[in-house]
Amino acid sequence: MTPINYYLGLGALLFAIGTVGVLIRRNLIVVFMSIELMLNAVNLTFIALGRAMGSADGQVIVFFVMIVAGVEAAVGLGIILAAFRNRLTVNADEFNLLRW
Amino acid sequence: MQALGPLILSWRSVLAPGIVALTAVVTMLVGSGLSEDESESVGWIALTGLVAAAIASLAASGDHIVTFGGSLIIDDYTAFFYLLIPVCSAVVVLFSFDYVAALGLPATEYYALLLFATTGMMLMAGAGDLIVMFLGLETMSISAYVMAAMAQRDPKSSEAGLKYFLLGAFSTGFLLYGIALLYGATGSIKLEAVAQMVRKHSIALSPFVLLGLGLILVGFGFKVAAAPFHVWTPDAYEGAPTSVTALMAVGIKLGAFAGFIRVLLIYLAPLHAQWSGVLWALAALSMTVGNLAALAQENIKRMLAYSAIAHAGYILVGMTAGRSEVGPALLYYLLGYAFANLGAFAVLVAVEQAQQSGTKLDDLSGLARNHPMLAAAMALFMLSLMGMPPLAGFVGKFYIFSVALESRYVWLVIIATLNSVVSAYYYARVIVAMYMREGAERQAQTRQPTLLFALAVAALATVIIGLLPHPYISASSAAYASAEQVLRPATAALQTK
Amino acid sequence: MTTWFPVALMTAFAALVVGLMVTINAIVGPRSRDPVKGEAFECGNPPSGSAWRRFSVHFYLTAILFLVFDVEVVFLYPWAVTIRQLGATGLVEAGIFIVLMLAGLIYALRRGMLDWS
Repeated sequence: MTPINYYLGLGALLFAIGTVGVLIRRNLIVVFMSIELMLNAVNLTFIALGRAMGSADGQVIVFFVMIVAGVEAAVGLGIILAAFRNRLTVNADEFNLLRW
Repeated sequence: MQALGPLILSWRSVLAPGIVALTAVVTMLVGSGLSEDESESVGWIALTGLVAAAIASLAASGDHIVTFGGSLIIDDYTAFFYLLIPVCSAVVVLFSFDYVAALGLPATEYYALLLFATTGMMLMAGAGDLIVMFLGLETMSISAYVMAAMAQRDPKSSEAGLKYFLLGAFSTGFLLYGIALLYGATGSIKLEAVAQMVRKHSIALSPFVLLGLGLILVGFGFKVAAAPFHVWTPDAYEGAPTSVTALMAVGIKLGAFAGFIRVLLIYLAPLHAQWSGVLWALAALSMTVGNLAALAQENIKRMLAYSAIAHAGYILVGMTAGRSEVGPALLYYLLGYAFANLGAFAVLVAVEQAQQSGTKLDDLSGLARNHPMLAAAMALFMLSLMGMPPLAGFVGKFYIFSVALESRYVWLVIIATLNSVVSAYYYARVIVAMYMREGAERQAQTRQPTLLFALAVAALATVIIGLLPHPYISASSAAYASAEQVLRPATAALQTK
Repeated sequence: MTTWFPVALMTAFAALVVGLMVTINAIVGPRSRDPVKGEAFECGNPPSGSAWRRFSVHFYLTAILFLVFDVEVVFLYPWAVTIRQLGATGLVEAGIFIVLMLAGLIYALRRGMLDWS
């Protein structure tokens, strides 16, 4: 069986890729995809930990995280769509009406 | 019927949030069947549900039940927030009636989402495991993202919603990863089991626990708008419709702090040595950044956003101290903060409506002559936020700072006091604008009984909580003590050793 | 080391074969470019319009509805697996869940999200 550290390492790596993606990408859709990648990295971590410890909690949590991610996608894409209709862009740098 | 026994017991314990959630569904169904003009009346359904939930929570006080396999805790701490949160949401509903119509927001969705957000806040207060905490947080946040972006024709509103959503979802990732690591280290997501595990020295200092703790701090830091995780706050507060900003500044803060305080101060108390340093820095930074940036703001909503960051800093000062004496002070502070902020936003809503203007500082010029009552109320709320005796803001601040001082956080209290002095300037600017500057002659305002009622509630609460603090302090103490009870035997054992 | 040797060999062999095929194809293969060949393939019909046209927002709404309902049904699977252990309690709770989803569906219908006319 593959050692759990591999799964945890992969999870950490995916989480890091997602974080970097959010920080450096400027396309809102890509930023949003990076956030989803972070959530899925967490899902992988939960599953691996749950399996390693032989508890079902990890898998149950993943159900909830999936739901939350789905709802977030619905709401997030809706908000991005509304923003696009007002500004005709999905470039994060061009949303600059609000600043100090 | 016997098989349903445990279910009935469980449902009795979630009566208050259950009522709010059910009202949300009813609002959604009834409102979607009505025409656009008629649907504005669903606000009354929402109001009824919130009041009913507040009454139900009164009936539940004194209980101490752990239900749904440890996922929900019903004690006086929960009851405290089960009462406070629906009341705050009800005040928001009261001053939303005409505002929603004036902005052309979809009324059905507005009230349904407000109720869903309220449900989420209440769940955060009562959560007994990390996953319910997470679900409550998301229920409230996702509703709030939509509400912030609700004024669809206004580019500022959708931009505010967008920024709020992206950074909120980003922070959710951190919080969740923190929960995952904590789960991995302790083998459980139940707060009580986690607390028992971290009391063992060998586990408490494992990198998993420390990393998990750090990530959870980041996640909550975003939600309570503590610097340096505050960048979304001013933009989201400024762009969102003002009544939604009120909900964000009060309800979301209450929910997030209710969860944050329970997790950190009660269940992760054994790790105090590990997290107090981080909180120290967060507190000092939040106060300083919030107050200094607020000095330069011309838009009052934006100024109140920075003020909210600063107030999160004051609360974090108390949390840094981490002793059980500080718990009641925190709850009392939240109480005073909630009503003063609700009132301030109610005044802004009234001003926007009466003058058809924005929320710039200039728009308040001469308010004392045009609308003396509004100006007087606004002055009261500003003084309370500033921390002027004998109002609620002063007593709360004094209480928190004195406990922090007893815990030997002298430098932090010095920073906090200096910051309070600085903050007086920008709160006073509002008062000066209202009373000493000439504004354009404005038309008389349209009378709004519900808005005036909301203002009266907020103003009375701010004065009474400050003038007669004892009943509120003892309620806060009882609430916090009952939350701490879970760990009492264990803590006692530690002390005797 | 020895256990992984066949895998390494396999990888190297696969890379060699694929590399060879692509290279030989690029060198030897005949090439002809004309506008017809560059067209998007639409199952044999001549393509019409630009690929960059706007879609009706209804597609988006339907996709969102599908996403939400499809994902939420996931909660019924664990219940289905443990239906006997959970008994009446589980039945009532799943019933509440389904009623809530129905409420969502009624709301979506009333808002005309499934109305394509």
